Amino acid sequence: MVKTMFSYTIQDIQEGLQNKEFSAEEIFDHYAVKIGLENKKLNAYLLAFDQRLTVNDLRPETSPLSGVPAAIKDNILIDGTICTAGSKILENYISAYDATVITRLKKAGVSFLGKTNMDEFAMGSSTENSAYGATKNPHDLERVPGGSSGGSAAAVAADLCVFALGSDTGGSIRQPASFCGIVGLKPTYGRVSRHGLIAMTSSLDQIGPLTKNVYDAALVLNVISSKDKFDSTATNMDVPDFTKNLNREIRGMKIGVPKEYFGGGIEGEVREKIDSMISKLNNLGCKILDISLPHSEYALAAYYIINPSEVSSNLARFDGIRYGHSSKNAKILLDVYRESRAEGFGPEPKRRIMIGTYALSSGYYDAYYLKAQKIRALVKKDFDDAFSKVDVIIGPTTPSTAFKLGEKSSDPLSMYLSDIYTVPINLAGLPGISIPCGNGSESGLPVGFQIIGKLFDEETILRVAYQLEQLLTNN
Amino acid sequence: MNIKHIASLARIKLTEREEERMKNELTSVLSYIEKLNEINTNGVEPLYQTTGLVNSMREDEAFGDFRHGENLNKKLIGQAPEKQDNFVKVKSVLNK
Repeated sequence: MVKTMFSYTIQDIQEGLQNKEFSAEEIFDHYAVKIGLENKKLNAYLLAFDQRLTVNDLRPETSPLSGVPAAIKDNILIDGTICTAGSKILENYISAYDATVITRLKKAGVSFLGKTNMDEFAMGSSTENSAYGATKNPHDLERVPGGSSGGSAAAVAADLCVFALGSDTGGSIRQPASFCGIVGLKPTYGRVSRHGLIAMTSSLDQIGPLTKNVYDAALVLNVISSKDKFDSTATNMDVPDFTKNLNREIRGMKIGVPKEYFGGGIEGEVREKIDSMISKLNNLGCKILDISLPHSEYALAAYYIINPSEVSSNLARFDGIRYGHSSKNAKILLDVYRESRAEGFGPEPKRRIMIGTYALSSGYYDAYYLKAQKIRALVKKDFDDAFSKVDVIIGPTTPSTAFKLGEKSSDPLSMYLSDIYTVPINLAGLPGISIPCGNGSESGLPVGFQIIGKLFDEETILRVAYQLEQLLTNN
Repeated sequence: MNIKHIASLARIKLTEREEERMKNELTSVLSYIEKLNEINTNGVEPLYQTTGLVNSMREDEAFGDFRHGENLNKKLIGQAPEKQDNFVKVKSVLNK
C-alpha cells in the first residue's frame, strides 16, 4: 500500500519496493494522481507524463534509483517529449534525443513524472520569468520558490516527486532549495555532462539534484556523474561512491567562514540560523577559521557580463527557421529573425541578449568580457588561497528567506542580488550544496546553509552536510 | 548607448516602449558593472576554463549514435515551421 500522507525519500521507495509494499507502477500512479490534484495551486510542473518513460526495471538492491519517480527541469531533453525551457519560443519543441543525464537515469530505472517550471532559459531567481506563469512556494503560496529551478524545488518540497534534477548557473539549484527548505547540490563544473541541457551560460552551467535529504543527493550524483563523448567539458575523472563516507565523523575538519558572506546585506534571522550551524560544527569537533574572499563583491558584477555575453551567443540559434516559434508577419529573411525573436522571447532573455550583444560588440570586448574574465581569475584565486588553509567553506545560501511574488520582478538589479552568495562558486567552478537549517525566527520560512568544496571534492561537502543533517534531525 | 544599433545586431525587433525601458534598465545594470573598474587587473590572466581542462581530443571517427534515416529526418526537419519534402524552407534573402 502506498501511504498517502507521507513524503517518500529514495531510500523509502527502495524499501517499499523490496518489501513489496507497492510496485513501481503503483508508486508512479500515486505521484501522478497527486500532481493532478495539487499542481494547479503550485504550478510546479509544466507537463506531467502519464507513463513512466523508463527502459529498465532493475532490482532496487542493485540499482537504488530503480522505480523512483523523479521530476526534470524543463531545460533537459527527454526524447519525444516537449521541452520549452520556460519560453514561448520553444512552446511546441519536441526533443529529438535524450540528454546524457536522462539516458543514465533511464538505465538506472528511474520513472519520469514530468517537466518542471523554470525562469525562461534559466534566467532568473524566482521562476517569475517563466512564460507559463510563476511557481508558488509550498511553504507560503504568496511567495516565490526561488529560481531558476523553482518548479523542481517546489515539486520536491511539496512531495510531488521523490527527487528532481535542476541546473545551476549562478545559484539556480541552491537558491530555490534554500527557499523551499530542501537539499540542492551544484556539482563541480565538469562532473555531470550537459549534453541535452539547453545551454545558457556554457562556461558555468551544471546539472545537479534537488532532494529531500543529503543521502538522496549522493545517490543521484552517483548515477548522473560521468564522462561523456558528447560533452568535452565532462571530466574523465573517476566517480567515487558518494554515499560511502557520509557516516565518517568530521572531527578536526577545518571550516572556513568568509567575512564577506556576513556583510550588510544579510537578514538578521538568516544570520542567526547560520551562526547556530557554525556552533554545531564547533560541537562536532571542527576547527572554525575566519577567512577572507576579498573579491566576493565583484563576482556578481563580473557574472552579469559573462552571463549575458554567453547568453547572447547561445540564444542566437533561435532564429525562427529550424525549430521553435516563427513569426507569421515576416516577409523577408531578416524579419524572420527579428520578428520571431521579438515575439518568442520574454523580457529577461531580451534584456540579457541586449547587454551581452553590447558587451561583445566591436570596441567593447576588452572593457567588459575580458575585464570580467580577469576578475573571475581573481575570484578563483581567492578560493584557491582559502582552500590551502581549510577543507570546506560555509555560509548562507541567500541573504534572505523567500520573498513575495512581484516584490523584485520590476527591478532586475535587486533580483540579481539574491544570488550574491552563490554566483562566486560558479565562477570558480566549485561544488556547493545548500541544506535546510531550520526556519527564520521572524518569517518562519526555511533558511539554507551553504557548504562549498574544493574542485571535484563533492564527497567532503556531502559528508559535512550529512553530519549536520543527522544532528538537526536527531535533536 | 545606441539601443537601436544593438537591437539590430541582436536581431530583435523592439517596440518604442521596449527601447525606452531597455535604455533605463541597461543603464542601471551597466552602471552596477562599472564597479569592476575599481580593481586593477593589469597583468592578470583571464580565466575561461575553471577546472584546468585545456584541450579535449578524440579520434576523428563517427560514433553512429545518431544515424541519418527517415526517423531522424522526421524528428529534425519535422520541427521546422516551414518545410517542403525533406528540406527546411527559408524566406528570400533579398528584397525582390
